[in-house]
Amino acid sequence: MTPTDFGSMLFVFVLATFIGLGVIRRVSRLLYTPLMSLTNAISAIAVVGSIVVTGADHPLTIRILGAVALFASMTNIVSGFMITDRMLKMFKKQ
Amino acid sequence: MRLIGDLSAVIVTALFIFALYWMNDPKTARRGVIAGVTGMTIAVLATWFQPGIIHHGWIILAIVAGFAVGVPLSRVPLTAVPQRTALSHAFGGLAAGLVGTAEYFLWLGEPGGAHFTTFRTSALVVEVILGFLTFTGSLMAAGKLQEVRWIPQRPVTYPGQNVVNIGVLAIAVALGVILVLHPTAPWSGQVFIAIAALALLFGVLLIIPIGGADMPTVISILNAYAGLAAVAMGFVLDNKLLVTAGALDGSSGLILSIIMCRAMNRSFTNVLFGAFGKAQPAALKGEQKEWKQETVEGVAQLLEQARTVVIIPGYGMAVAQAQHKVRELYDALTKRGVTVKFAIHPVAGRMPGHMNVLLAEANIPYSALVEMDEINPEMPQTDVALVIGANDVVNPAARYNKGTPIYGMPIIDADKAKTVIAVKRSKNPGFAGIDNELYVLDNTWMLFGDAKAVLADLVKQFGSGGIH
Repeated sequence: MTPTDFGSMLFVFVLATFIGLGVIRRVSRLLYTPLMSLTNAISAIAVVGSIVVTGADHPLTIRILGAVALFASMTNIVSGFMITDRMLKMFKKQ
Repeated sequence: MRLIGDLSAVIVTALFIFALYWMNDPKTARRGVIAGVTGMTIAVLATWFQPGIIHHGWIILAIVAGFAVGVPLSRVPLTAVPQRTALSHAFGGLAAGLVGTAEYFLWLGEPGGAHFTTFRTSALVVEVILGFLTFTGSLMAAGKLQEVRWIPQRPVTYPGQNVVNIGVLAIAVALGVILVLHPTAPWSGQVFIAIAALALLFGVLLIIPIGGADMPTVISILNAYAGLAAVAMGFVLDNKLLVTAGALDGSSGLILSIIMCRAMNRSFTNVLFGAFGKAQPAALKGEQKEWKQETVEGVAQLLEQARTVVIIPGYGMAVAQAQHKVRELYDALTKRGVTVKFAIHPVAGRMPGHMNVLLAEANIPYSALVEMDEINPEMPQTDVALVIGANDVVNPAARYNKGTPIYGMPIIDADKAKTVIAVKRSKNPGFAGIDNELYVLDNTWMLFGDAKAVLADLVKQFGSGGIH
């Protein structure tokens, strides 16, 4: 593994946070509950790390930890997106 | 391969940003879900088809299990959404903590310890501490919200609690510093496990003194932690997509936390370290005023004659599952030409936006849901303020009584309406353990009983035979 270029990683983090703050501030106040379940599903992007740990040729115990993490992330993805959509369907103007 | 990875990361990040952007309006919000699902699918596939991934059976098994648990979790009744949300923060924290643990021991097993740069080990420590404290903390929060028997609902406090809590976290951080300095010493594995154990313990200790009224803030803070844990994982794995998606989640949790804190006039530290239940219950000075009770028939008459009615829902409406009866009342009144609006306090319920979702579920148009700041100037012209299961968010004592724990909290000005009707299950004080002065005002009438039953009776009055 090449050493992490932590300068550019921190750069990405700071910019993404500012975009996040800007976008979230505009979210309709009606939708804070679905917002939370949507961001929850999005942060389950940890699934990417879990897949690498589970699927690569690692010792068994490491892969078991990865598989549990993958299960947890996948649960969040599935339930997060589904319940967000279920709630958003209910918001009707008239 | 690296190029495909980078390219997909950029596309996925853009899709996630659009997903959040479309949440600015209920009309476009469902597009956001599609963007999110698309982004997530690309991310999963792009990772899965990397050359180093060989154990496909394991991945499929974990994904199937995730669907098996995730689908039922998405079908919970909407009154249970706060605990589902807390549970998903717990899963997010668990995933981060486990991946961090796996990476540490993987790298520890490799000779030379070349992976342990100062930056990466620090990120690893942050990931594990944040991940595991979010895991147990969110599990505790979910347990409290679900009213699991062996988790106390009321805040549990003891002398020296803050010292113990901060001490546990401080030891974990100190061990983390030691680990960064000596990542591969013979005893480093044990140090790592100690850090994880202390983080798990800290999560429990952090939530023990938290009560129900603080849940909207606490859930938002845990949301931010789960996002930051994903960011730290991105630093550890040198993965920009994890950093951007985690940062989006973290900033969302941060903004919601700030909004919730403002709505209670409290600071972060005050919510986390100043248990709500600890404040001295304000002694009511002078004469103890009595409330006046009204009959369902009387209330129906009042509502019928009103031109404008503002309904103020609170957690009691959710507990009684009364939102559908509220809708029937809304229909009956609007049919008679009464203007009905809903006043939504930011911290009403147990999580941000809780009341909006429940009322939307009952098919109440969102144009009738009005935020506190917009409804308050209209309250003096309102004929009837109907309080359903809300308590502290309408207590006028918050304006001037420095002795109450809710002092300074912005409230919905129910007391300024010409008449106030308060539907309340029992004669006990509200969560904060204080008497609500609203109930004993001259223009307030109480309607005791389960919100659902009371509203059903009320709706019946507007049906056949009652009022014409």
